[in-house]
Amino acid sequence: MPAVKTSLWGKMLAWLFLASLLVLVGLQLVSAQKGVLTRGEMAPDFSLTTFNGDVIGPDELKGKVVLVNFWASWCKPCEQEAEALQSAWETYASRGDVIFLGVDYVDTEKEALAYLERFQITYPNGPDLGTNIYRAFRARGVPETFLINKLGEIAFVKIGPFQNLVEITTAIDRLLEP
Amino acid sequence: MKILALSLFVLLTCAIVIGSAAAQGEGPTPSPDEVNAIAANLYCPVCANVPLDACGTAACAQWRQQIADLLTQGYSEQQIYDYFVQQYGPSVLATPPAEGFNWLIYLLPPTLVIFAAFFLGRGLLKWKKPAGNKPFVSRNVMSSKYSRQLEKQLKDRR
Repeated sequence: MPAVKTSLWGKMLAWLFLASLLVLVGLQLVSAQKGVLTRGEMAPDFSLTTFNGDVIGPDELKGKVVLVNFWASWCKPCEQEAEALQSAWETYASRGDVIFLGVDYVDTEKEALAYLERFQITYPNGPDLGTNIYRAFRARGVPETFLINKLGEIAFVKIGPFQNLVEITTAIDRLLEP
Repeated sequence: MKILALSLFVLLTCAIVIGSAAAQGEGPTPSPDEVNAIAANLYCPVCANVPLDACGTAACAQWRQQIADLLTQGYSEQQIYDYFVQQYGPSVLATPPAEGFNWLIYLLPPTLVIFAAFFLGRGLLKWKKPAGNKPFVSRNVMSSKYSRQLEKQLKDRR
């Protein structure tokens, strides 16, 4: 009889182990299958340390329209929208209720700074240390741009480069309407 | 003549001082092999499953240059890995660090091997003892009362 008991426990343990393994793999698959953040979802909290050393966190972004642009110096499509983004920033910079943030994804600082210099970008930009911000937004590549409304919700997502200045301003103006 | 000799002496002294200062600040330029030896253990998140030494994208070229720059600055191999993890996250490493969910990668294969060995061993042991050799009813299982009754009935038959 004791031999039968041991075997039963062994089987139960084996099944339990297999079941937990399946649950873990399932959870990982579910999290991997989630696409980029979509309209209506709450934007994740994040802090960006800019190349100048300034830290921009949730407190600075609260109650403002925030444009988060993921880019990299090695990314050719990013160059297509760089000038338009800077022009858009110059349009809204004086208002105070619109913030642009450039999040530099897996890049080297030297090339990133050269890129910012080349396109004369003046809005805050910083490296995405540990790719934490990229993962929090569940981004899938560069360039990708997220617009966050004053309530902290994702209001607009652009996969790929903006085609022109009007495309950017149209998306932002919609969020500034009373 | 004296002025010329003095100027040469000053120039030489300056060259030696500047040269030694530069040598102290930066190491020798690393060879491509040295850079690739480290790059082979790193993966660029942009290019799926391609080690950094074999990756041809602009991002990978920048990263290899970064490794060369860090080696020139005197970083050790481990310090370079640490730098890349800090900058770009642990997914850049060829072998993920043994922490959190990553433990599964290290624990699962040996656990599965142990389980497989256990069940295989058990199966082999059962296979070794053919069912025909086993007594139909174990004596231990039978109570002495029934045993005595059975033996009595067998005797009566004879």
